[in-house]
Amino acid sequence: MAGPINRNPIWKYFLVIIVIAAAFIYAAPNLYGEYPAVQVMGNDSTVVDENALQSAEAALKKAGISYQDVSFHDQRLLFRFSSTDVQLKAKDVLQETLGDSYLVALNLSSATPDWLTRIGAMPMRLGLDLRGGVHFLLQVDVNSVMQQRIEGDLRGIGQSLRDEHIRYSGITRQGDSKIVLQFRDAASQSDAEDFVRRRYAEFSWEKSTNADQFILTGTLVPASMFKAKSEILEQAMNTLRNRVNELGVSEAVVQQQGESRVSVDLPGIQDTAEAKNILGKTATLEFHLVDADHDAALAQAQGSAPPDTRIYTLNGQPLLLKNQIVLRGSSIVAATASFGEDGRPNVQVRLGGAGESLFTKITAENVGKPMAIVYVEVKSTPTMVNGERTIQYSTERRIISAPVIQSALGGNFQITGLRSPNESRTLALLLRAGALPAPVTIIEERQVGPSLGKQNIQMGVMSVEVGMALVVIFMAVYYGLMGIFADIALAMNLVLIVALLSLLGATLTLPGIAGIVLTVGMAVDANVLIFERIREEMRRGAGVQASIHAGYQRAFTTIFDANITTLIVMMILFSLGSGVIKGIAITITIGLMTSMFTAITGTRVLVNLIYGNRPAKRISIGI
Amino acid sequence: MEFFKHNTKIDFMAQRKWAAVLSVILIVLSFVSLGVYGLTWGLDFTGGTQVQVSFQQPADLTAIHDNLEKAGFADAVVISYGTSKDVLISLVPKDKAEITQDEKAQAEMVKQVMDALPGAKMESVNYIGPQVGSEMATKGLIAIIISLLGTMIYIAIRFGWFFAIGSTVALLHDPILILGLFSFHHIEFNLISLAAVLTVIGYSLNDTIVIYDRVRENFRKFRKADTIEVLNLSINQTLSRTIMTSALTLTVVLALFFMGGTLLHGFSLALIIGIVVGTYSSIYVAGSLAVAMGLGRHHLIPQLKEVDQTP
Repeated sequence: MAGPINRNPIWKYFLVIIVIAAAFIYAAPNLYGEYPAVQVMGNDSTVVDENALQSAEAALKKAGISYQDVSFHDQRLLFRFSSTDVQLKAKDVLQETLGDSYLVALNLSSATPDWLTRIGAMPMRLGLDLRGGVHFLLQVDVNSVMQQRIEGDLRGIGQSLRDEHIRYSGITRQGDSKIVLQFRDAASQSDAEDFVRRRYAEFSWEKSTNADQFILTGTLVPASMFKAKSEILEQAMNTLRNRVNELGVSEAVVQQQGESRVSVDLPGIQDTAEAKNILGKTATLEFHLVDADHDAALAQAQGSAPPDTRIYTLNGQPLLLKNQIVLRGSSIVAATASFGEDGRPNVQVRLGGAGESLFTKITAENVGKPMAIVYVEVKSTPTMVNGERTIQYSTERRIISAPVIQSALGGNFQITGLRSPNESRTLALLLRAGALPAPVTIIEERQVGPSLGKQNIQMGVMSVEVGMALVVIFMAVYYGLMGIFADIALAMNLVLIVALLSLLGATLTLPGIAGIVLTVGMAVDANVLIFERIREEMRRGAGVQASIHAGYQRAFTTIFDANITTLIVMMILFSLGSGVIKGIAITITIGLMTSMFTAITGTRVLVNLIYGNRPAKRISIGI
Repeated sequence: MEFFKHNTKIDFMAQRKWAAVLSVILIVLSFVSLGVYGLTWGLDFTGGTQVQVSFQQPADLTAIHDNLEKAGFADAVVISYGTSKDVLISLVPKDKAEITQDEKAQAEMVKQVMDALPGAKMESVNYIGPQVGSEMATKGLIAIIISLLGTMIYIAIRFGWFFAIGSTVALLHDPILILGLFSFHHIEFNLISLAAVLTVIGYSLNDTIVIYDRVRENFRKFRKADTIEVLNLSINQTLSRTIMTSALTLTVVLALFFMGGTLLHGFSLALIIGIVVGTYSSIYVAGSLAVAMGLGRHHLIPQLKEVDQTP
């Protein structure tokens, strides 16, 4: 035989040592526990400073609450406590002391030492089934927003065609992606085509004729449609994130699920009612000028409003508002609930961005006239239509108040006329967090109590330990020293799985733990294949070195083929998207890939180290 | 330690007719059970509300059911969950249209349940909207089909279409039997069980591939042996590996079944069935199906010259 066949090149030792050292380092944070903590952050424009720190510390001292330590960086205060009871008490005290302009949130702060955190080592995120909390799946009604947008485009196209003096005989919307324009003559049709092709390029335009009708059909290009839809979803997710922050949950996870769904995980939350109430609200404010030129009572009696206005009621009296929106809720950058001089609840509002200048200009032009503040909320009601369950959306518009503009309004003003302190608080919260661009409905909710979570973790860890122990004993008994090599590889595989899950920021769930248990069984298969092959070669009378070499070489393609099919299935499982089974798919995928390294490369290095360099007569492989 | 001192020489293929009869009977029974009892769909697929509660003392299920009935939940299903103190209450209306979609009504319902059960502590609440449920059922079925197709394509690339079709048909065998057993014993089939079925598809294929790999190798090695001989030889050569791996995987899954808690029961049970049936199916179904379809060495080893020699 030419040259030694079972020697390790130096780089292989390095590779294995580096991978294993890295695995241990990145898995390490999971060994340090977590402290219950309370986190204080500035709200929008408020900055956490030394003063805030001092008043927080003073308040805790006054309430007789002792904390382990406090850290202050990244504009964030973090108080650590010895127990969750103290933590809960402290949160209430801090929120009360610091007030609305600070976000006070419960937090589980990792006890990982700084040097580990600095190289990006973090503990695994535990799923809600392991730590308790609520999971919501929200359906965002993207299509209704798309329809509104097309309606907007429809009006825009009509207006600009009129501006261009191109005469059309009809303009209609078809479905949620088509606009149909009708003309009386071919000349207008082609003029319009030139124009819309230039100005409305997000539609693809097609000419057709039908009897004496000249038709131009615009279809929203799939790419634009996709972009618009994902923008809506993105905006919904941002709003939800803001609202979750307002709820005081610091480790919430807001994620996109499919084309039109968002999942919200709120660890540690016990009161789901408040969470639901705040997450799902599609409320915003609009400021409209009151139309004093027409008679509102007459319009209500006739049942039709004059052009560009809409009939509202305030305190039982009809009121006509101009459709033009003077200011939207989205221009509001800060909102705080407080009380006015008369003791009535109000919301202090601060404006920013583009909305402010227009608002100032219009209010300056209309001093002495009333302006209405309209509360707009989209409500969803499930209804049955022809036996099919659908969700109907209705927009509720209610005038909060219609004060007379005293002077040109600048960036700061107050909204009064609110019914209760509760209303002012909710309104302020929703204004701060921003409006949802589309109505949302909760279509799935999973809630797990904290004690059940603890129990799940214990059972999960227990089954990993027992399963692992049985396999380890079995392998050692059946395959001797080679079995022990496989056991070492198995243990390394477990460390690698934990390290990768931590590094990837994946969430560990109970089904995920089940996946890990299963990988223990699957990972050892690679070694069984190799060892059985070595035994076979030795029974056939091949030498020790040749048997080892052949065993590893021949078994490799089989292991590879067999694992690929499982990986294919796991990818399909992952794509199903539900959090319950994603956990299994992730851990098995990672576990199988790392096992290819530990069970093949890892054990080979050990085998070569022990048997490779000497003329061994026999090896300990159980025969 | 060795199970087999020397290579076994069991004539697996001789019994393949009996194996075929057994498989056909089991499959027919599975279909009959599915037809008669249907599957006991879990909350994930039906939609509805589930509340898990725990008591200080062992719970009296009948009393709980009576209390709930008084509170207006006549069709509540009450089962003990894991321990005698833990109880799972399912509120799944027979008519899907009755599942509430209103969040407030749903929260109110859970509150009423808790009010009706003094001394109970709420451990978890699951609410699945009806549209999510039926969508998951469809997606799950599609996932099973795509898994079968995906693995079939991979095997076709590695072993040719002949083996791909054989192994996929053999593979259908396993999920059908699992579903049959779930249906016969009225075990709840939920998302985690679905994950187990898909995992079994991947796992069972492992065994099949190991055997096919050896069949291909032996066809190359023993040019004169006929198909039956080669299959028998290959199955015997890989037998100790097949038993070893199945036993080890079964061990960890049993640990999961007994220690992983009630949430994972469906998952581990489906895997236990899947491992046992999968081991059998990769020895018998995949092998004998290949023989029945007329497997020859030319299916695995390309013989390029034959085409050119036609007169």
